[in-house]
Amino acid sequence: MRLALLTDIHANREAFEAVLADLAQRQIDRLVFLGDIVGYGPDPGWCIDQVESQVAKGAIALRGNHDRAVGTADNILNSNARRVIDWTVNRLNARQKLFLSELPLTVEDGDTLFTHASANDPADWIYVTSAANARPSFLVCDARLIFCGHVHRAALYSCDLVGRVTHLEIAPGNPMPLLQSRRWLGVIGSVGQPRDGSTLASYAILDRTHNELTFRRVGYDATTTARKSREAGLPEALAQRLMKGI
Amino acid sequence: MSVRPHPGLEINGFTLGEQLHKGGFATIWDVTHALYRTPMVMKVPTILDGYDGPTIVGFEVEQMIMPRLSGIHVPRVMGQGDFAVMPYIVTERIPGNSMFQYFKRAPRPVAEVIELAARMAEAVHDIHRQHVIHLDLKPDNFLQRPSGEMVLIDYGLSRHDQLPDLLAEEFTIPMGTFPYIAPEQFLRQRGDLRSDLYALGAMIYELATGKMPFGQPEKLSQVKQRLWRDPVPPRAIRADIPEWLQEIILRALEVDPANRYQSAAQMIFDLAHPMQIRLTARGHKTQRDPALTVFKRWRQMRNLKAFAAPPSVAAQIERAPILLVAVDLAPEAEPLAQAIYLQIKRMLVNRPDARVACVNVIKTARLGIDPTTDAAGTNLHVARLVGLKTWAEGIDLTDDRLTYTILENTDPATAIIDHAEANRADHILMGARGHSSTRRFLGSVSAKVVAEAACSVTVIRLRDQQPEA
Repeated sequence: MRLALLTDIHANREAFEAVLADLAQRQIDRLVFLGDIVGYGPDPGWCIDQVESQVAKGAIALRGNHDRAVGTADNILNSNARRVIDWTVNRLNARQKLFLSELPLTVEDGDTLFTHASANDPADWIYVTSAANARPSFLVCDARLIFCGHVHRAALYSCDLVGRVTHLEIAPGNPMPLLQSRRWLGVIGSVGQPRDGSTLASYAILDRTHNELTFRRVGYDATTTARKSREAGLPEALAQRLMKGI
Repeated sequence: MSVRPHPGLEINGFTLGEQLHKGGFATIWDVTHALYRTPMVMKVPTILDGYDGPTIVGFEVEQMIMPRLSGIHVPRVMGQGDFAVMPYIVTERIPGNSMFQYFKRAPRPVAEVIELAARMAEAVHDIHRQHVIHLDLKPDNFLQRPSGEMVLIDYGLSRHDQLPDLLAEEFTIPMGTFPYIAPEQFLRQRGDLRSDLYALGAMIYELATGKMPFGQPEKLSQVKQRLWRDPVPPRAIRADIPEWLQEIILRALEVDPANRYQSAAQMIFDLAHPMQIRLTARGHKTQRDPALTVFKRWRQMRNLKAFAAPPSVAAQIERAPILLVAVDLAPEAEPLAQAIYLQIKRMLVNRPDARVACVNVIKTARLGIDPTTDAAGTNLHVARLVGLKTWAEGIDLTDDRLTYTILENTDPATAIIDHAEANRADHILMGARGHSSTRRFLGSVSAKVVAEAACSVTVIRLRDQQPEA
């Protein structure tokens, strides 16, 4: 059983398509979307439709803070993000909005927990950026594997037999064995707005048979996405960060 | 761990038989499984009550690395157990004793030492190629298959290039077995494959002399001395050890990894071609360095924090390849030989630790007696060797990283392919003849090498002369 874990697509059609094309060649049994289908990018409708059709085929999809913001007019997003959400709302039809509003915050699948942000308070959208703030996720549940997104930078944390949480460095493309002796928290990098200095779209493959996690990077046509973003009148900073991966 | 191993225990289909071995950190059991006919053993870590971090992490490392390794030099993994019930690894059982028993009978005859050294180095090179540095090489961790190949076991201290180092944070003291650990391991560096070559050097020393190069230190302060104190030269212990063998041993035991062999394959190359080893002061040495030299080294080394280390195992192997250069010395091939010469010099810029094996093939007749002496009465072999050395003049390689071999074969391509295979060459560099009638009738040597060699091949071809207007 091989799962593809995708998160933070952020209405980036070109990146999403590139990732789908990549995993079409890799014998994936199930897709998991860890939230933030929309926001920042110029193709929210297309991305929602695509996720929706995958869900119809058995995929799991979760809600992220940007997906929530479409139906909730509050000020928890930064100004650029809020501007894009206001733009997005007018471009979605009722069915698409309904789809976003019905997405769950977390999904448990056997020994695995999927969430968008930190598992300890999924609706508070806490970033998991260090071993210290990965720890609460391990404390609040007994899942052996936890996967989240939200940070836009891939990372892997383990919690050993005595509860010590460690950040482990792994390079993309190398399968990492998720040892049975530990519990694991994988932060999946962003499909549509990578922020780790590389412009490549990010996702991960969880191989349940071999119990391995592999971070993957896929090239896509960021120039087109940036152009569409500018043409739609979205903030210039958002187009630029796609070209720099920041 | 809720279950303790005992004879008759059944776990995940495995049934435990008798206990075969009880070590400090683990017990080894004979096991059977309905689905496997191969004899197997189960290794179960001995975890002390309470938290026993190093043993647990060491076993995690082994569970992580062993399934990634394959091939004849590694035991095949059949199953793994969870810490929640009982941690274990089941592997095929390699019959016979470990090298530990064999080393008790050291010193051994030189021929035996070389054969075993080459076999051990082959196993080490195999795991290096698979991104793993063993970091705890010692006689106990080498088993020999009935067919002769060495099998490396016990990966509890090992490091995999592409996996995180779980042990890095676990230990505050150097890890390894004191008689064999390299100076950089004492400094807690865990990323240099040349540490394994140092341990190999210490083991060959022991096999050849019957003594360990640094005795059996019990304290870390004694281990640290190997950063400045040189071992007694093997020939001072046993006079019939050839100088070239001492050269190999002491080179592997160099304090600075940069002065050692740069890959296990390069060490195997020397073990296979002892007559080509260029002897240095290391080989001629008859006693330990004088007190003043040692004192100077002590001043230099005592506060050293780290040696320069390669970025990864793969990068180090890439930096230190064995390049095989096949050169045609015929007068009409001179421009081509010159182009190959320039190309090899260029390749050495990027791979400063490469070793270059220059080869020339004497094509022998399919039938009849081969003329090893030409019309003028010159020995062809010697003449070619001189020609090859003249060609290679100016290839700037230190130590003895440049060797010359004349091969004889009815088929030059086969000779080159076999020689590359036997010497674990990483890359073949050769020329292609132009569009001559010779090639039309004889077929292309380079085409066959490209098609059949097991490694990369670069073919140099001169552009045809422009037809005259």
